[in-house]
Amino acid sequence: MTPTRKKRLVLVGLLVIGIGAAAAVAITALQSNMFFFITPTDVHAQTMPPDRQFRLGGLVMAGTVERDPHSLAVSFTVTDGAYELPVTFNGILPDLFREGQGVIAHGRLGEDGQFHAHEVLARHDETYMPAELARALERTGHPMEANIQPGPTARQRD
Amino acid sequence: MIWKTIKVGFHRLGSPPNFYRLCQRFSPWLWGGFFLCAAVGLYQALYVVPPDYQQGDSFRILYVHVPAAWQAMAGYVVMAILAFIALVWRIRIAEIMAMMGAPIGAAFSVICLATGSIWGRPMWGTWWAWDARLTSMLVLLFIYLGIMGLYSAFEDKRKGARIACILILVGLVNIPIIHFSVEWWTTLHQGSTIRFFGESTMHYSMMPPLVWMTIAVKFLFAAALLDRSRNEILDQDRRRRWVLEHAGVNR
Repeated sequence: MTPTRKKRLVLVGLLVIGIGAAAAVAITALQSNMFFFITPTDVHAQTMPPDRQFRLGGLVMAGTVERDPHSLAVSFTVTDGAYELPVTFNGILPDLFREGQGVIAHGRLGEDGQFHAHEVLARHDETYMPAELARALERTGHPMEANIQPGPTARQRD
Repeated sequence: MIWKTIKVGFHRLGSPPNFYRLCQRFSPWLWGGFFLCAAVGLYQALYVVPPDYQQGDSFRILYVHVPAAWQAMAGYVVMAILAFIALVWRIRIAEIMAMMGAPIGAAFSVICLATGSIWGRPMWGTWWAWDARLTSMLVLLFIYLGIMGLYSAFEDKRKGARIACILILVGLVNIPIIHFSVEWWTTLHQGSTIRFFGESTMHYSMMPPLVWMTIAVKFLFAAALLDRSRNEILDQDRRRRWVLEHAGVNR
């Protein structure tokens, strides 16, 4: 390798390493702003200032979905396994919304301890399997839907 | 001895007339491979594979979305390697190929973003969300467009290519960010289904079309890259003797 090429090799190598290091530093600094949603555990730890809008993510707890028969109002409880938060929403829910499904609710925490969402998105997990297989699993007692048992609520703990 | 053979081989490949003839020979096979794999893959994806237990038939869009996303990223890595070679060794063919890859990668990025958006509307409930995965993929598209713009902004094509090659290497940092975004942060986008290390969370009966489509887009990328590079060489060398001879023009 000629000296000129060696010099260029070093320069290009330094460029890539330098950009990588700069990006790593920038990402670390922005870490807390990169999260799309926070969990009920984070809410319990009070990482969010009050009256601030944020996105709450977790699973819809089985048996907590209540729909108002006369309007689009719906209420359900979001859990991450450790903590829970009741959510109210007035609008159209996505196709994937169901009990045990991951959801992301955008809104703010009310004085009443409930999370008032103005948008609810379903979060799909990374599992893909044929419908017939899922039905067969259900018949043999291994349902695919995450079955979250009701745990202690945030209010009970306080 | 072997090293010398490889070196001579590369030097031969680096000469435009030889590269042109090589592309000409390989191109039909690559296109053939693409059409064959895509036909098998699409048939399986649409007719053979059973519907998903949660999403029904909507999940079938992943057989276009996932291979396109992978190729948008893999194509970028190929371009980065070519850019590295171009910057250190100043090989003209590598410069041209690195530049010609950008519109193809941009097209795959657009396919990935569009199919993801179409799937996201009924499944997530929104066309778009500014989460880390979606945003970093959009940034990849902008980097591709930036490379194309920078290359075409210079009168001297070799100068433009070298400067755009630096941009390719700068943008390389985005590739691991796209890949790990779903692990480092919370995102609306789900985590990786297909894992090279560890178990994939897709039932094996749904895998074959994904494999076919992934191979198909590899062929498509290679075929488009060689054809585009061949055209560019012909255009840049249009006053050189080998092109005139190739075209049958006698001066």
